[in-house]
Amino acid sequence: MPDIIFMLLIFFMVTTVMREYEGLDIIMPRAKMIEKLESKRHTSYVWATKDGLVSVDDRIININDLSGLMYSKIVKDPKITVSLKADEKTTMKLITDIHSQLRTANALKLSYSALTKAP
Amino acid sequence: MIKKQRRPIEEVNSSSMADIAFLLLVFFLVTTTISMDKGISLVLPSEGNELEVNRKNIVNILINESGKVLLDDRPTKVNAISGIVERKLSRNSNLIFSVQTHPRTKYQDYIRVLDQLKEAKATKISIANPPAF
Repeated sequence: MPDIIFMLLIFFMVTTVMREYEGLDIIMPRAKMIEKLESKRHTSYVWATKDGLVSVDDRIININDLSGLMYSKIVKDPKITVSLKADEKTTMKLITDIHSQLRTANALKLSYSALTKAP
Repeated sequence: MIKKQRRPIEEVNSSSMADIAFLLLVFFLVTTTISMDKGISLVLPSEGNELEVNRKNIVNILINESGKVLLDDRPTKVNAISGIVERKLSRNSNLIFSVQTHPRTKYQDYIRVLDQLKEAKATKISIANPPAF
């Protein structure tokens, strides 16, 4: 019995990824056709609130600094996918700005984070 | 002569080992968050990579600031998009869907439209920059 418990314990210890940061207060949009992200390790999160705040790695940044930051990330890990966690009430102006910043940084793989639509 | 008294070797009581392991197990079970990262994936075009596309192969989808959708100059309900797009795709599989939004369009409306396009299995989606107003 203790062996089994230990095995489970080790399994959960290995798979647990401690949350590094929480991000900003957002309500994610809902969608039906959502796909899973490939891997958490190759994902970088960009948070955008309805007030126009943008946060990366637990820091609120100026939108114009996003491309520089993303560029340094993509140099370190070319497989990186950007997961955009934006509030459902964010205006498209901000989203478009983020798009163009990401394009400048050549971080082209993007995923709009969304929740499953309640049936 | 002093006789060395043999003391019995004391063993560490291991009966609580399972309890400790259980406690740790429960802790990790509770703290584990199963990856909830799901979303609509998209690949952005690289910069300065504008392609000339035949006008016939483009379907314009415009979303205004109140979330109303104009599909090829016809007002369309959001829920009806996937059906229309699917029909269009069955006729011409090279279609490119150009999604244009107003700067004040809500993100939710945009995601809804993208969701509909994904539902219709449209792969060529282009995000046009909103025209300057």
